[in-house]
Amino acid sequence: MKCSDSATTSSIAVKDWSGRRGRLGDKIFLYLTFIFALIIVVILVALLIVLNVDAMPAIQKFGTSFLTSMDWDPVQELFGALPAIYGTLLSSIIALIIAVPISIGSAVFLSELAPAWIREPASFLIEMLAAIPSVIIGLWGIFVLVPFIRSPIEGWLGSHLGFLPLFQGPPFGLGFLAAGIILAIMVIPIITAVSRDVMRAVPITQREAMYALGATRWETIYRTVLPYCRSGLVGAIILGLGRALGETMAVTMVIGNSYALTSSLFSPGVTIASKIASEFSEASGDLYIGSLVELALVLFGITLLVNIIARLMVWRMVSVRNTGE
Amino acid sequence: MHSIKKWFVVLAALVLAAAVLASCGPAAPTTTPSANQPSTLAKSVNLTGAGATFPAPLYTKWFDEYNKLTGVKINYQPIGSGGGISQITEGTVDFGASDGIMSDNQTAIAEVKHGHILHIPMTSGAVAIVYNLAGIGSGQLKLTGDVLANIYLKKIIKWNDPAIAALNPDLKLPDAAIAVVHRSDGSGTTYIFTNYLSRVSPNWSSQIGNATAVKWPSDSIGGQGSAGVAGQVQQVPNSMGYVELAYAVQNKMPWAKLKNAAGNYIEPSLAATTSAAIGVSLPDDMKLMLTNSSNPDAYPIVGFTWILAYANQTDKAKGEALVKMLWWAIHDGQQYNQALTYASLAPGAVTKAENEILSIKYQGQPLMTR
Repeated sequence: MKCSDSATTSSIAVKDWSGRRGRLGDKIFLYLTFIFALIIVVILVALLIVLNVDAMPAIQKFGTSFLTSMDWDPVQELFGALPAIYGTLLSSIIALIIAVPISIGSAVFLSELAPAWIREPASFLIEMLAAIPSVIIGLWGIFVLVPFIRSPIEGWLGSHLGFLPLFQGPPFGLGFLAAGIILAIMVIPIITAVSRDVMRAVPITQREAMYALGATRWETIYRTVLPYCRSGLVGAIILGLGRALGETMAVTMVIGNSYALTSSLFSPGVTIASKIASEFSEASGDLYIGSLVELALVLFGITLLVNIIARLMVWRMVSVRNTGE
Repeated sequence: MHSIKKWFVVLAALVLAAAVLASCGPAAPTTTPSANQPSTLAKSVNLTGAGATFPAPLYTKWFDEYNKLTGVKINYQPIGSGGGISQITEGTVDFGASDGIMSDNQTAIAEVKHGHILHIPMTSGAVAIVYNLAGIGSGQLKLTGDVLANIYLKKIIKWNDPAIAALNPDLKLPDAAIAVVHRSDGSGTTYIFTNYLSRVSPNWSSQIGNATAVKWPSDSIGGQGSAGVAGQVQQVPNSMGYVELAYAVQNKMPWAKLKNAAGNYIEPSLAATTSAAIGVSLPDDMKLMLTNSSNPDAYPIVGFTWILAYANQTDKAKGEALVKMLWWAIHDGQQYNQALTYASLAPGAVTKAENEILSIKYQGQPLMTR
C-alpha cells in the first residue's frame, strides 16, 4: 500500500546491489550509474565548500548577528540577513495560501470530476503555464498585475481592512502582496500537476468500494481519495514551496526591492534570491561579496530545512497509515 | 574476492570512459600554430573587454565600426562596472570599463599584480530626475540638490512641502506622498547620483554616502535596472526616480530642472552634459567625478565613464591594437555619440585622454607617438 513508487524502485536497486547474479553488462551499468549518482553528491559538496569559502569574510566579521541584523549598508560595510529571510518566507507563505486551495481543487476536478474531453487539454494548458519563463511572468506582473493590485485590490483592502497591520500604508502595487501572487501563479501548475498525478494513482477499486457502500462523489473524494494520497499531496506542496523560495527574476521585478522588515503586505520588500540577483554583479570588496554569498548559504539552509521537514511529514503519514491498516 | 572483482569492473569502466573521452578530444586535429606567419597574426588580433553596462550600446557601435575599418575584433561584455574592475584586476581581459573610479583599496590590489591602471574617459553621462505628476510637464519642476537629497532621505515626504513649493510658485503641487524610486541593483547610475547628493548635502554624506548601492531609507521603491526604474515611475502616480538621460529621452519621461553650482536651473541634455567638463580643471589621471560642476551651463548630475587599461602592456600586438583603438574612440568614434544619446567628450578631456593613451608602454617603450 504505497502511494509513491520511489520506495519500490529503491528496493529493486538494493537487491541488485547486494549481488543478484547478473551479466557483466549489468554490472558495468550498475557502477556507471553509481558514478553518475556520486557526481551529484560531489557537486553538492563542492558547492557547499565554495559557498563557505567565499562567505568566510562575512561569517568571520558578523558571526550569528548576520542572521538577526537589519542592516544592508554597502557604504559602511554593515550587512545582515533578517529582512531578506523574512521576505523570502513571507512571500512564499502568501503564495502557498493562495495556491494550495486552487491547485488541489483543480487537481480534484481534473482527476475525479472532469469529462475526458476537458481533462487532456486542461492538463496540457497547466503544464504550459509551468513552462513559461519567469522573466515573462515578471514582465506581465509589472505591466498587468501590479497596476491591478494597486488600485482595485489594495485600494479595497486598505479602505475595508485597513485597521489590520497587514493592510496599511500607501498602495504602491509593488510589494509582498504582488510577489506572493506572482509566486502563487508560478507554483499553481506544479502543485496541480503533481497532485493530479498522485490522485490518478489511487486505485480505482478504492473508489468503487466507496460507491458500493453508497457514498456520494464528494464523500468518495473527501474520505478515500484525499486521505489515500495525503503524503503525495504534501510532496506536491513542498515542491511548490521549493520553487517559491528560490524564485528570483519574477519576484525581483515586482517585490519593490526595499531592504526593510514591515508587517504590511503593501510595503516593498526583498527576498534572498532577489537581493543576490540585484547586487552581485556590481558588488565589490570581500566583505560585500562575502555577505551576498552568505545570503546564498542561508537560502540553501532554508530549502534544506523545508525538505527535511517535508520528508519527516511524509514518513510520519506513511507510517501512521501503515500501522492504522 | 568478490569486492576485488567489483573494483576491477569499476576501474575497467573508468579506463574505458577515459579512452572514449580522449578519442573525442581535440588531440587529433591539432595543427601547429602558424608562428612563421606573423603578418596574419598581427591582422587577426582580438581584444576582449568587460565592464560598465551604461556605455555598452555606444561601445558596441564603436567596436563594430572599428572592426569594419581595421579588421580588429573587439569583444565587449557588459557585466557591470564592478565586474569590469575585478576582471582587469584578475587580468582576464585586455581592458575594463567602469562608471566609477577604482577605490584606493582596489587600486592597491590591482597595482601589485599589473602595475598602474589608467582611467581613460570615453564619454560622459547624465542622470535625469524623472517624475510622474498629473498636469506637470517636462522641465516644469525645479529642484535644488538639497531638496532632492531631503526627498531621498524621506525628510520631505509630500509634493506640496513648503521647500518644493518655494522653488515652484507657479505649479499646483498635489497634497500626496512622493513615491521615491531608486535602482535596486548596484549601478554606476546610483554611484553618480549618490556622489552628487553627497557633494551638495552634508546630511546625505554623513547618513547614506556614495556607492554603487547604498542603504536607502525604508519604503523607498527599488526598480531593477534603468528600465525597472523608468517603468515604476511611469506607472506609480506621484512618483520620482533617477535614470540615465538616454532612458528618459527614449521613454519621453518628464524631467526636472536642477539648480547647478552657479545657481542656474538646467535641464539635462547632451550639451549640458558635455559642458560639465568645460572650464573646470581636469587632473592628469582623469580620476574626477564631474558632479556639481562649476560651469554655469552644466547640468549638475554628470559623470565620465572610463576604459581601464594597463599602463604597461605585456603583449606588443595587443597593446598596439588597444592604443590605436582608444585613440580612434576619443576622436573619430565621438561622431557616433550623439545619435545614441551619449555626450561628446569636452575638448579638454580629449587632450588629457590623449596624454594618457600616449603614456601606455610596452617594455618601457611607448606604443604610440604623436
